[in-house]
Amino acid sequence: MSEIQPLIAGKKMPEAKIQSGFPALFRKEVKRFYKVAFQTVAAPILTAVLYLLIFGHILANSPKIYGYEYAAFLIPGLVMMSILQNAFANTSSSLIQSKITGNLVFVLLAPLSHIEFFAAYVGAAMIRGLCVGFGVFMVTIWFAKIPFAAPIWIFVFALLGSSLLGAMGLVAGIWADKFDQLAASQNFIIMPATMLSGVFYSIHSLPEFWLKVSHFNPFFYMIDGFRYGFFGQSDVSPFHSLAVIFFCLLIVTRVALGMLKKGYKIRN
Amino acid sequence: MSAISIRQVRKKYGNLVALDGVSLEIEQGEFFGLLGPNGAGKTTLITSMAGLCTPDSGVIEVMGHDVQKDFRIARRQLGVVPQELVFDPFFTVRETLTFQSGYFGLNKNDDWIDEVMANLDLSNKADANMRSLSGGMKRRVLVAQALVHRPPVIVLDEPTAGVDVELRQSLWQFISRLNQAGHTIVLTTHYLEEAESLCGRIAMLKQGRVVALDTTQNLLAKHRPPGVPPKVLGDDGAADLEAVFVKIMSEAK
Repeated sequence: MSEIQPLIAGKKMPEAKIQSGFPALFRKEVKRFYKVAFQTVAAPILTAVLYLLIFGHILANSPKIYGYEYAAFLIPGLVMMSILQNAFANTSSSLIQSKITGNLVFVLLAPLSHIEFFAAYVGAAMIRGLCVGFGVFMVTIWFAKIPFAAPIWIFVFALLGSSLLGAMGLVAGIWADKFDQLAASQNFIIMPATMLSGVFYSIHSLPEFWLKVSHFNPFFYMIDGFRYGFFGQSDVSPFHSLAVIFFCLLIVTRVALGMLKKGYKIRN
Repeated sequence: MSAISIRQVRKKYGNLVALDGVSLEIEQGEFFGLLGPNGAGKTTLITSMAGLCTPDSGVIEVMGHDVQKDFRIARRQLGVVPQELVFDPFFTVRETLTFQSGYFGLNKNDDWIDEVMANLDLSNKADANMRSLSGGMKRRVLVAQALVHRPPVIVLDEPTAGVDVELRQSLWQFISRLNQAGHTIVLTTHYLEEAESLCGRIAMLKQGRVVALDTTQNLLAKHRPPGVPPKVLGDDGAADLEAVFVKIMSEAK
């Protein structure tokens, strides 16, 4: 600090130049996972490919589902599972790291509303989920012939599913005080719910009791609706799935916004 | 209009009273010291000003804007240097400052960011990752983050804790220049010689209450403990303020 430069202290920025802080927070959250893309994008793609190779090989001779080979049935499920898990991981891991290291204070000091905060974190989670999902799709598509019966549903469920899991990750990241609490929610809630949602099987192959239980799992509707976009067939109507997911998204968004507005566990 | 207006602010954490009806008016352009022992409520008061916690009652205004009701404008008026050495390990110094500027809605602020970095001797570390910086350098980045949106009011919460003498001196030179340029500075510190040499006015807190509030000169003159010989202000005055601080704290109930 020996050579001091001229300082324009106190000079105010013209009000017209002041915009919302949302784009900066969104860019920061995207750049955060992009900087470690090998871990946040490439690794989940590899995991999904391993699932396909193992289950696709073991169950290669199983009966066709919706008239397609098992590998073709499996791929959309793996894509959606990757979207969901990574959208959740993005918000939850970013928040818990920022809380524990203390750097969340820089966001909290800024004039960001709870809605801007929510939109930036969930938006970035959607981007990561969709990037991983696209990557999984591009790698696995070579393993089986997959139809595109109703592509619009693919986009609708990918967007809604990633936003729902991004919002759930936000709630978990705010709620958790320690890394192991977050890991518990990931390993004991998110992981079983996605694995038991029909990614690897059609729920009609389940016994009556577990088939009924599956209908209480919102992840089932995300996977089933997404798969409808490829095959034009699903276990339940895509409109029914859409309604369930939309309802869940409303509830989780309401909870997340309420926590952020109140500053629950972050502003005290 | 006061730079900071604090009126009857109360805050409890369970049974612990952190702030017990604190009222303060800090005028624009002041270099104001907030002193007190650990647990006196200094950090709670600062976090309340910054909107990091919500008081149970009372009003805090920054440059006339309520920090709760009018939080967007109030936060733009305030730059806070936190006590802890916190940073985001994913980013470089320039990225950290650019994002921080963006959070305040200033997306094309490179000239000012360059100027702040130059003043804090950070220019040659602009592209270094935050993890690779020394503690002193990280402290400078914290100061730069607080200044990136050109706030008229700057709050420094123990900015020199654990900082070497050279950085401490250069930091105070820089902060003094900001004050001379018109910024209001609010400082908490346990280094009383710093408070005495820099602050025009001082408030002392104990158990969430203001137990002394006056100009530094008046505090030294009025509260000099018996037996301590009068000294000229600035001539080894550290012992004076320390003695005054101990006396006020011991007398305050």
